[in-house]
Amino acid sequence: MIIKPLAWQRIVWVALAAMTLLTLVVLFFIIGFIASKGARVITPEFLFGMPARMGKEGGILPTIIATIYITLLAIIIATPIGVGSAVYLTEYTRESAITRIVRFGADALAGVPSIIFGLFGFILFVIRLRMGWSLAAGGLTLAFMILPTIIRTSEEAIRAVPHNLREVSYSLGGAKSQTIMRVVLPNALPGILTGVILGMGRSVAETAATIFTAGSSLLIPKSLFDPARTMAVHFYILAREGLSMERAYGTAFLLIVAILLINVVAYSLMFRLTRKMR
Amino acid sequence: MPIPFRFAAALACAALLLPLGCGRASKTAITLAGSTSVEPFAELLAEHYMAQHPGIKISVQGGGSSAGVRAVTSRICAIGMSSRELNPEEKALVEIPIAHDAIALIVNARNPVRRLTMAQARDVFTGRVRNWQELGGPNRRITAITREEGSGTRASFDERVMVAGMPKDKDGKTNPAAFAPDVLVQNSNGSVREIVASDPAAIGYISSGLIDERVAAVAIGGVTPTEATIRSGRYPVVRDFLFLSCGEPTGTAKAFIEYVLSDSGQKALAEEGLTRVK
Amino acid sequence: MREKLIEKGLLLVAFSAVATIFLIAFFIFREGVPLVAKVGVWDFIASTRWAPSKGQFGILPMIVGSLEVTILAVVFGAVLGLSCAMFLAEFAPRWSVRILKPMIELLAGIPSVVYGFIGVVVLVPWIRTTFGGPGFSVLASSIILGIMILPTVIAISLDAFHAVPPLYKEGSLALGATRWQTLYRVQLPAARSGIIAALILGMGRAVGETMAVIMVAGNALTMPTSLLQPVRTLTSNIALEMGYASGDHQAALFATGMVLFVIIAVLNTIALVVTRPRT
Repeated sequence: MIIKPLAWQRIVWVALAAMTLLTLVVLFFIIGFIASKGARVITPEFLFGMPARMGKEGGILPTIIATIYITLLAIIIATPIGVGSAVYLTEYTRESAITRIVRFGADALAGVPSIIFGLFGFILFVIRLRMGWSLAAGGLTLAFMILPTIIRTSEEAIRAVPHNLREVSYSLGGAKSQTIMRVVLPNALPGILTGVILGMGRSVAETAATIFTAGSSLLIPKSLFDPARTMAVHFYILAREGLSMERAYGTAFLLIVAILLINVVAYSLMFRLTRKMR
Repeated sequence: MPIPFRFAAALACAALLLPLGCGRASKTAITLAGSTSVEPFAELLAEHYMAQHPGIKISVQGGGSSAGVRAVTSRICAIGMSSRELNPEEKALVEIPIAHDAIALIVNARNPVRRLTMAQARDVFTGRVRNWQELGGPNRRITAITREEGSGTRASFDERVMVAGMPKDKDGKTNPAAFAPDVLVQNSNGSVREIVASDPAAIGYISSGLIDERVAAVAIGGVTPTEATIRSGRYPVVRDFLFLSCGEPTGTAKAFIEYVLSDSGQKALAEEGLTRVK
Repeated sequence: MREKLIEKGLLLVAFSAVATIFLIAFFIFREGVPLVAKVGVWDFIASTRWAPSKGQFGILPMIVGSLEVTILAVVFGAVLGLSCAMFLAEFAPRWSVRILKPMIELLAGIPSVVYGFIGVVVLVPWIRTTFGGPGFSVLASSIILGIMILPTVIAISLDAFHAVPPLYKEGSLALGATRWQTLYRVQLPAARSGIIAALILGMGRAVGETMAVIMVAGNALTMPTSLLQPVRTLTSNIALEMGYASGDHQAALFATGMVLFVIIAVLNTIALVVTRPRT
């Protein structure tokens, strides 16, 4: 039997629509499932309380604080390096062996699994550099992990800055570094921020790399060299050890909300950027 | 108020205001790291101790026995925790047994099988027995769960249960039987318990202190793990939880260890299902 | 003078990513190579017995397990993800794409432990009661990984479809082809390199994922011959045993990381070659 092209198209339409629906249902089921069980756990006591009995009772304040510290630390370390690399790639070289090597490095780094970052951070920072399980070791490890994201997005953002802006600066006698600082970077800022925020999202969500480097202590970290447990690690431990399913759902919900918020900010920045360019 | 004290107080305040300031753990803050089996109990002891001694900070850190040995040897933490016996090359550390821990064979609460001989217990894990019917239970395939290679809990189980009925080799040593390759492997007591709690066909082994109402201990050779059978040595699968120190413990570490070995520390451990050493 | 200094400084910074990659490789290989040399490369990657306490270090079941789980996950992600991307690119109304695409991209940010957790509480019991077996299985792991890579696959292949010059499509439609014929015969081939890149990226994520897999795979040491059998991947071998490993055992886990590193490097190279614009 020969199916006419238009009939065939209708069959395909139905099949693809079904697949799309299935995909969307699966993805939104995950969020809905966590939200339905986790939202009611969120109370002021849960958010701002200290955990008791290993997290079976009480709140998750130390893990929220640890997550914020470690993420900020990773961003503070990775942003200058990432943006610097991007500036070098776009402003100081033409396509050459150097740019290819740097870009290869960034691509390769982006592909390294987080467990490898964890092993590396454990051996280098925790053991060899004697930082112990600490905010510092965790933040450094995560900084390396999000570096490629920041390099790639900053590079694109800087490339998108129109050339005539630079020429205006040069014609007014601006030095290269001045042009970059005063003209290029401010114009590329939304794009750069997008990369930084995406990196933030990855840091918040990461478990494998942080559990080996930042540790799992439930105290509020008071110094760079204190061990700390992030929300993602706390969730993993609560769920796996069966300490408190209720609190696990609550932590997961908070984690998802935080990451969705972070991403919404990133995408709205990106959206504004692309609209400006048009 | 003497000047140095004021200076110290000012520094302390500054440290509180600047939580990300540098500075390695002071005399009033110590870290424990190591065995995930000991971790929950140490966490609890630390909570009690910190409640009695405000100003002291004790962070407890998982990672596993070997990570604990490594950390205490390189003085990254003050006290290591181990649930396995030390290797000859690790014997330089000071070992302080803090409690006896019985390893209980557990099944789902709905499983009617409550007693096994030593040989049956071994055969379940070597894969020779694969159906509950052979053990007097319902006609259902057995899902056995073991711990990961290197775990202290697994080593004790190997030495006490898996060697049962095995022939001696030419050096007069009895080697434990090998686990069947399709036995599930989990890396914590809690996750073994969670699987057994959710699967009526599952069997695993965990610290007896962690048994809850969803799982039931199985008598091995007619003996169930109770305080009496553990202390008298009649229950066959018992190991010690160790604190490790590089040289004799001093300062806060010493005070904390003294508390753990005191009557109230030991009582706290006994309430959680461990057996006192003192 | 100052400008020169800035340039040199930036060059140094720019090499940090490359330096990191080499640093990581150096540390992992330094811990792992001596063991592989001791055991023998062949015995390490082709033996099926893993019993570090008895001096047996064969990781073949984990290599096979990793590949099996990854390939299935990619097949799963490709079927659902590409269908979804094709539908959104060609058949769905514009307004819905504008809403759905960012939403799907947002889902890429959900922590992998959350996916693993859903796997444990929903998927594993369902597989256990529906198909039998322990539930922790190749099937459970590949479904969870497949779902995890869906947002990435959809977002990147959708971009690839959008990047096809509209002239191609208009030309095909003008010649009387239906929209499906155009999509299948013209746009799909034109977007091929982008789609392959999306799948390889997803594959990289699936091979490298650790925590979600540990939670649902069961981590048994068998050569997985059925979808319902438990399986251990290279990543879960590392994370599972790292805590208690010492000496040769720990070195063997770093060596496992080495093998993983090599697999990822090969995947990345393929991705680079495939996505390089043809000249």
